Amino acid sequence: MADPTIVRAQDGSTPLLALRDVTLAFGPKVIQQKLSFDVNRGSIFAVMGGSGCGKSTVLKSMIGLLRPGEGQFLVEGEDYWADTEQRRIEIGRGRFGVLFQNSALWSALTVGENVALPMQMFTKLDDVEIRRLSLLKLALVGMEHAYDQLPAELSGGMRKRAGLARALALDPDILFFDEPSAGLDPITSSRLDDLIVNLRDGLGATVVIVSHELPSLFAIADDGVFLSATSKTSIAHGSPVFLRDYCSDPVVQDFMQRRHGNEDGSGRGQLR
Amino acid sequence: MLVVKGSWLGRLGGLPEFRSDDLGDFGGPFGFDTRDLGRWDTGLVAFLWDAIRAATRSGLKIDRSSLPDAIRKLLDLLPDEIAEPPKPKRSVFRPFYWLGGKVIDALTEVGALSDLTVQMSGGGVRAVLGRAMLRPVDLFSNTRSAGPSALTIVSVVNFLVGAILAFVGAVQLRRFAADIFVADLVGLAVVREMAAVMTGIIMAGRTGGAYASRIATMRGNEELDALAVVGIPVSDYLILPSVLALVITMPVLYLYGCLLGILGGFLVAISMLNITALGYYQQTLGAVPFDQFAFGFVKTLAFGLMIGLVSCRIGLLAGRSAADVGIAATRAVVAGIVGVIAMDAIFAVLADVVGV
Repeated sequence: MADPTIVRAQDGSTPLLALRDVTLAFGPKVIQQKLSFDVNRGSIFAVMGGSGCGKSTVLKSMIGLLRPGEGQFLVEGEDYWADTEQRRIEIGRGRFGVLFQNSALWSALTVGENVALPMQMFTKLDDVEIRRLSLLKLALVGMEHAYDQLPAELSGGMRKRAGLARALALDPDILFFDEPSAGLDPITSSRLDDLIVNLRDGLGATVVIVSHELPSLFAIADDGVFLSATSKTSIAHGSPVFLRDYCSDPVVQDFMQRRHGNEDGSGRGQLR
Repeated sequence: MLVVKGSWLGRLGGLPEFRSDDLGDFGGPFGFDTRDLGRWDTGLVAFLWDAIRAATRSGLKIDRSSLPDAIRKLLDLLPDEIAEPPKPKRSVFRPFYWLGGKVIDALTEVGALSDLTVQMSGGGVRAVLGRAMLRPVDLFSNTRSAGPSALTIVSVVNFLVGAILAFVGAVQLRRFAADIFVADLVGLAVVREMAAVMTGIIMAGRTGGAYASRIATMRGNEELDALAVVGIPVSDYLILPSVLALVITMPVLYLYGCLLGILGGFLVAISMLNITALGYYQQTLGAVPFDQFAFGFVKTLAFGLMIGLVSCRIGLLAGRSAADVGIAATRAVVAGIVGVIAMDAIFAVLADVVGV
């Protein structure tokens, strides 16, 4: 149960994040169209779909890297892309924490400096306080021992966790994860899942996660949307477990059951 | 009992730090009272973590049950003790070790460069025999980006250098009524030195930097490892076409640079001085014998070989991060420019000995 005291400006009626009829395109090439979904406060929301369906592109439009061709992205009812750039940066800095697919640690800085940099730039804290807080954030993800190491010296899983610590640097209340378990072994990946749930509960944050790793999705996500590469929009809404057990759409079923089928859903070479 | 009240927002700063001696001689079980806690963030967690670690060190029993759920979950993620990071070793400056290290580094570098040259020459020989893993496509694209794409900058620089030489010469020579000797000055200076050195510097900056950063990036992406696993020698596949491209284009660009330099000097001379175009032309022909061109030609071959090898070597040595790619490019350009000038000086001395 999230502590209500650290959730900002609570209003039960509006969802924390919402996409309304969003169309994303690169030039004439449409990635997703008429896409709508709500992300509720405190949830772990999964954006699912096969490779190349535009999951990461949808995430890009939510963290301010790609302006949608049409439609709105609402942050607590505020139309994010209609805001001035100044305001968008303010929202992003104050509320968003992003873990990129390849961790995107700044390679010239040590792990500690990676976490400390946003605090140095955007808070008035002194060096001692910044060091304490960045050490705490690294300790939260179990990486306090790597404070003085360079990203190049770390393994993939450690880099992911360090990237997560950096995403937490400014105490965001909305965390975006792009393929957090990609390239991790099952044990590391399940530890990362636990960590994400614990951080969500502890920090009272909301998590948007882009992934196609089924075990992780079933384990942590409590809501979600399924994107299709063929119809170029969402074809199902709900948590991964719900979609697996109750969704009748053959594409969703194939994905959730991890098989490649034809129209009748049976198909060759089933993996059960 | 540790009582925390009010607002605890670490991002606003000014939060206290819990030190070991704050614990005093407190002996009982260590508990928390958070009834009057207001808004909080990870700043509070940092403080509580300090307190818990201090209490653990003093061997106190810690009772977390009265803490809010969220805070307890975060504290559960944190270790009860952290190892102090090892103090960096203070190194003593020992001049002989330092000097010896530098000498060994330099010799190693000479060795590595020679090794690379040998490998690449082997690739060259195999290429002539038709057995090298050198794709004509790579050689062609490298040659195109080193040569034709550099024509503009080579033209502009050499034309202006020729014009400047003529200008400087004209002002001086006019005083002795030796106007016509501007043609000798421009012709000799351009053909013997300026066109070769200028083209060398341009190629070091333009192509050498590009080679170093390309190979360094490939190293960072494990592309070189992939080549090694399939058994494609880097020296044949990457370095040979790069170096060959420079060796092929440099002399051609040099001849083109000579032409443009003399043209620049010609335009300035006939517009400033009392010389006819035909007179300038005849004077230039007489002043610059063929062996001067041959001398410049040989020099630029050597420059091309050196720039290509050195910049590829620097790229192969680079680290794997973004900053390392930048460092490699910088080093390649610096080494290339210094190398061109130094080799030019050596050639000047040699030419004097041989009498060219």
